Amino acid sequence: MDTKNIFSESGILITIFLIAIPIIVASLIFIAKSFSVINRYQKRKELKKFNEKLKHLTPAEIEKLEQRKKELEFSLTNNELSGNATVKDSRGLIDKITNSEDLNFISIKKKSQPRPFIEPDLTKLVLWYLACAVFWLLFGTTVGEYLGIKFAAPDVEHLSWLSFGRLRPVHTNAVFWGWASLGMMGLGYYVVPRVSNVPVASIKQGYRSLILINASVLLGSIFLMAGINNGGGEYREYIWPVMALFGIGVLLSLINFYKTIASRATKEIYVSNWYIVSAMMYVLVIAFVAYWPTWQNGLGETIVQGYYMHQGVGMWFMLFSLGLMYYFLPQQLNKPIYSYSLGILAFWTQILFYTLIGSHHFIFSAIPWWLQTVAIVGSVGMVIPVVAGTTNFLMTFKGAWHKLSSSYTLPFYLIGIIFYFTGSLQGTAEAFRFTNLVWHFTDFTVAHSHLTMYGIISFMLWAFIYTIVPRLTGKEPPQITVGAHFWLALIGLLFYTVPLMIGATLKGMMWMNGKPFIDSVQMMAPYWLWRAIGGTLMWISHIVFAYNFYIMVSRKDEIVIPETAPEILKAKELLEKEA
Amino acid sequence: MDFFDNHKKLFRSAFLLFVGLTLVVAIMPAINNQKNNAALPNAVPLSADAAAGKNIFISNGCVACHTQQVRNVDMDRMWGSRPSIAADYADNKRLDIWRNTATLMGSERTGPDLTNIGSRQPSVAWNLLHLYQPRAVVEQSIMPAYPWLFIVKDSVSKGETEVIVPDKFRKGITGKIVASKEALQLVAYLQSLKQTKLPDGKETPGFLYKKEVKAAAAANAKGGLPDGNVLYAANCQSCHQPNGEGLKGAFPPLKGSPIVNGDDLELYVNIIMKGYDARAEYAVMNAVGLDNNLSAEDITAIINHERTSWGNNAKPVTLEEVKKIYDFIKLTGK
Repeated sequence: MDTKNIFSESGILITIFLIAIPIIVASLIFIAKSFSVINRYQKRKELKKFNEKLKHLTPAEIEKLEQRKKELEFSLTNNELSGNATVKDSRGLIDKITNSEDLNFISIKKKSQPRPFIEPDLTKLVLWYLACAVFWLLFGTTVGEYLGIKFAAPDVEHLSWLSFGRLRPVHTNAVFWGWASLGMMGLGYYVVPRVSNVPVASIKQGYRSLILINASVLLGSIFLMAGINNGGGEYREYIWPVMALFGIGVLLSLINFYKTIASRATKEIYVSNWYIVSAMMYVLVIAFVAYWPTWQNGLGETIVQGYYMHQGVGMWFMLFSLGLMYYFLPQQLNKPIYSYSLGILAFWTQILFYTLIGSHHFIFSAIPWWLQTVAIVGSVGMVIPVVAGTTNFLMTFKGAWHKLSSSYTLPFYLIGIIFYFTGSLQGTAEAFRFTNLVWHFTDFTVAHSHLTMYGIISFMLWAFIYTIVPRLTGKEPPQITVGAHFWLALIGLLFYTVPLMIGATLKGMMWMNGKPFIDSVQMMAPYWLWRAIGGTLMWISHIVFAYNFYIMVSRKDEIVIPETAPEILKAKELLEKEA
Repeated sequence: MDFFDNHKKLFRSAFLLFVGLTLVVAIMPAINNQKNNAALPNAVPLSADAAAGKNIFISNGCVACHTQQVRNVDMDRMWGSRPSIAADYADNKRLDIWRNTATLMGSERTGPDLTNIGSRQPSVAWNLLHLYQPRAVVEQSIMPAYPWLFIVKDSVSKGETEVIVPDKFRKGITGKIVASKEALQLVAYLQSLKQTKLPDGKETPGFLYKKEVKAAAAANAKGGLPDGNVLYAANCQSCHQPNGEGLKGAFPPLKGSPIVNGDDLELYVNIIMKGYDARAEYAVMNAVGLDNNLSAEDITAIINHERTSWGNNAKPVTLEEVKKIYDFIKLTGK
């Protein structure tokens, strides 16, 4: 492919255009921000001068202001006609009083609910976890975006640290252990003490855990780019000392959560805590099995790999996120979960079936045939927990659908639940021996992993983050940018996965028909381009999300110079109080 | 129920259930496989260079796109002559204290499977050029280029391997492009990737999901022969290029070639089957036909495709003519 010519391809132009948007927007935001800093500085100076003047007001001037204040405050008493009888709406005729508003381009959604008091220390801890998660999301998906571009333009640069094979695990591990894991654990620090009705056992332990996990992802990314990895198993690319940091980090938080639950003020253990604590125990078991050296020779490595990569997804990310869902969905809908026992059924069947299915990544390979069959049977068994979970969530939604349109968080919940259903069942379908023929080794796997890790886990995490951060900080994100985040992420995900699945199917058919391999590479080109376009939309949505998060955490109060008489008097009063 | 309200009991049972299943489905099969499988007696262990090359393969994450497993399904036949079995991987041990075993089976085939690449494409010259710039040999390739494995020098010293890169891909480099030690080691590793023959008497496992339509499709093609264009693309094109013009200084053109257009069919079939190393200005050609198990029908189709493409206008050959020479070569072997 002539590298000069690709810039006349419409798809490339679209991608470039899409990439240019956030860059332009970012520059605009930067310029606007700079102006506002200068503006702020000037206003502050003005305020100082003004305060100086306030201190030296003569009594005559004050009297004049008092006079003006009284004049301004004059209003009719509104009972000139009715007299002093109190107004009563004894028949309850008046409901939902709204004042007429300006024409709305964006419909107004409900504000987040005020919550009971949460210790400021815990708030800070949760926000730190989430902030780190947001950082790793941005980092990891920037790398992913770049990898997607490399499919269309493999000669962008030739630096060893940025070559495809080294960057790919940087992307996957950063979004796994950085974004999703830290995000879930941060939310766990909110949920576990809430449902146990006691403060968390140790805030300090939480910070230690956070630092260890961040160190793990940072070091791991650097090592991978430098060409130091564990030997090639997917998601097992960090070498053991790096993964050990992650493991110790999770262990510290696990002990912390366990102690919190042990000292709970409630009699029963809410089902969320079942899921959360189990997920944390299991991820430690999984990592131990994956890194322990005595059963890794020859095919041992492959069998462990199949177990590891799938349990990592199903018993860590999925289990933890479901646990969070059992807390947040009823909270957000303001009604109890449809069926507690269905949640318990889903819990045990998930453990039973999910643990069996790892080897379905190696169907038709040299690993024992019976193990492959067990994996396929387990994959079919997964229908039970998935249907139980989805039914439970959707039935909880029942009767509250009207809330969907007036909430900016519920759409995230709904999409997460829908992808939980479709993504998981797609996994079952992929495990059958025949579909494996067409789809195994193709980009279909990539599409599937994005439908699940992104469509399920990331959408759920966003739902939860938009639910609790405003409650913790009292600051709401702009509803228009939350909407932008939602739509960009969703449309981007569809642009990413749908063409990739179509292309991958055609690719598998070509392989089955014995076509030359390179023809299938050439055939994929337009589908990879669509993937890059979808990926770009997803990436933009993350920038919007990061902005929303920033707003929720640290929106500054505007500086107001008093202008009207009452304001001036109030300011003087405050100033004197301070002095 | 007390069980659900007692955190010790609840979490202990959840933990034990998971660990129990883990034992059955992962740890025990893993230990069992590692104990009961040994490398085939005639398997060749990696040379020092090939082992070093494997490390370069690992550290650059090549496994992200290249599998090393021939599944026991018919569509994988193009990657090896038999399905991979546990014994093929048995010799893989832990690499060092920092890194785990690397069977490099992979889970994604963005690029071709490499189980048997040492037989399919053994040419050092091709592999070096392909590593330096994949698109110099395979136009549609999207593989990353690895120029950092090469050194630019004014002159080539003794014992060094120069890579002849077409001007289009030199990007202003005027000196000589020489393969580094790492590049040669990586190629040594790729060359070492060959399927080991099963010992005599051991039954070769078969391929599943065989295509029944194959015979019918073949009969539809010209003169009952397979599609020469497809065979050319799969076996010849990466060196001789889709336009039949080859690459200057590396692979000779077939367009206008006296061998392709001439009447010496015996030499022609011999070259395809057993390779060629008679012309110093070009790289050595490997035994494409024998290495890839091409049939007499395949060879005939390829020859006829080459004799009638890119302006070549020679008389097609018949299967009978080719078969005579082919059977003789098969009889005498390499």
